[in-house]
Amino acid sequence: MNSSWNRPVLRAALSRVAIQRYRILGAVDIELSRARWTAIVGPNGAGKSTLLRVLAGLQHYEGEVRLQDRPLTNWKPRARARELSWMGQHVGGADDLSAQDIVMLGRLPHQAWLAAPAKADRDVVYWAMTQTQSWDWRDRPLSTLSDGERQRVLLSRVLAVRAPVLLMDEPLTHLDPPHQADWLRIIRAQVADGVTVVSVLHELNMALQADELIIMASGRVVHQGPPAAAETHAALQQVFDHRLRLVCADGQWVALPETRA
Amino acid sequence: MALLLSSVALIVLGEAIGSTGWAPPWGAQEPATATQILWEIRLPRSTGAWLAGALLGLSGAIAQGLFRNPLADPYLLGSSAGGTLGVALLLVIVGISPVAGGLAARVGLSGAAFVGAVLGVVLTLSLARGVQHTVRLLLAGVIVGFVLGAVVSLVMLAAPEIMRTMQAFMLGTTGFLGWPSVGLLAAALLVSALTAVACARALDALTLGESAALSLGIPLSRVRVILVGALALATGTAVAQTGMIAFVGLIAPHLVRHLCRPTHTALLCLSAVAGGLLLLAADVAARGLVAPQELPVGVLTAVLGGGYLLWLMHRQPVRDQA
Repeated sequence: MNSSWNRPVLRAALSRVAIQRYRILGAVDIELSRARWTAIVGPNGAGKSTLLRVLAGLQHYEGEVRLQDRPLTNWKPRARARELSWMGQHVGGADDLSAQDIVMLGRLPHQAWLAAPAKADRDVVYWAMTQTQSWDWRDRPLSTLSDGERQRVLLSRVLAVRAPVLLMDEPLTHLDPPHQADWLRIIRAQVADGVTVVSVLHELNMALQADELIIMASGRVVHQGPPAAAETHAALQQVFDHRLRLVCADGQWVALPETRA
Repeated sequence: MALLLSSVALIVLGEAIGSTGWAPPWGAQEPATATQILWEIRLPRSTGAWLAGALLGLSGAIAQGLFRNPLADPYLLGSSAGGTLGVALLLVIVGISPVAGGLAARVGLSGAAFVGAVLGVVLTLSLARGVQHTVRLLLAGVIVGFVLGAVVSLVMLAAPEIMRTMQAFMLGTTGFLGWPSVGLLAAALLVSALTAVACARALDALTLGESAALSLGIPLSRVRVILVGALALATGTAVAQTGMIAFVGLIAPHLVRHLCRPTHTALLCLSAVAGGLLLLAADVAARGLVAPQELPVGVLTAVLGGGYLLWLMHRQPVRDQA
């Protein structure tokens, strides 16, 4: 392991992020360490997706984002694409391409211009699709798949980049419990391989399984810390109006709705 | 492959149909005249029709990929309205002044149409302030289409004597295609097809959305500029040589997608072939159906294309986009 192992992979020091003059994010200062899974949680409109887009280099921002100690803006698009794999919410279109073609798009940053996919690319696509159990319908066009199946194909697409940093926005949307568990297994295996994972999650119980939580509200990071810590719980209660009941079951924290007003 | 074979077959068929209906070159009484008709009129016309159709099919595939909209049409950037206006103005100039007329005749109708088409696209682009905002680009195209269309109507109202020629242009015709046109069409097809195929992967990535394409390291701004250029070249050339031929550019990609589920590399090439096939078939039919009269080929493509689209629409269950 080289000396960069302990340094943060991604570091964002933002002063302001605005979309069409609306302030979405205020001052935000976060660090993401290597081989950790961080879940971003918070109420609607907290700026979670925007923060993820900033980290992926897809959103204009004031401040600085550093990827492996180099400003994100200094990276060439293709090189950045090999380091950072981003998955957004609600992908429309792409109805005509087959599942396999979609996943192969994840190999674009690795392929020379106009070069045909190499065997290595096809191997990665096979690997990525078996991870999400989507290999069986590799030849089906995306339009014929259910929302959950579609989501699994898109997950494979993100995995196929084989990037050391995975950024996922609501990756569990439309997934049934077995495939949510599969997702958890995939993420844990990726983290064990040294991959840094950042995911925006609405399912608090899944988020509480992460190595670290970033809790956001109205464009600010309220707290960053491990899910078992009391401070993290206090911050969660604060942003969710004290409407949670956090209980420990089998050594795992879960959030239940607090029905008493 | 099948598409290519049927193209060749249709070109041969196109040779056989002349102004008097079914008149195959083989078995003609005067071989010399027959050869001349074949070489000077029918062959360039059929080849040209195929090439123009191929340009339209290709531009349709580019437009639909670039705008991520299956209803995008190659004319939507204002090239058709610009081309029509160019022709109308030229005809008026020829009408009013013999001196200017001499100059105008040298530029020729197709020259005027090409210049008009390119200016139409430039106008659309400047109204949309660049190519980066696709919705704005589409709206600007619609605006340019309406406004220039209104100007054309005004010109035609002021100079009713150009009405007949204008109508022929607006309906589209393959009747004026000679060897020089074929050369131009072929060159435009080669350049725009190669450019488009070079950007095919970017179009594939774009199906996932603009953000996803950017996150995959696609230089989206550059790709847009290049593809809009190819689109303008292809439609401008086609409009200049054959007038406004409806529906071929819209239908060809749908036809291909209906036959297989290709990635954009294949889609672009196959759409060009399908477009060529469609226009050639329409051209042959236009000549053959009511010989010795001739239907404007644009009328035929509009009727056939509209019918096909309707059939396609009712056949496929529409998947609602949540």
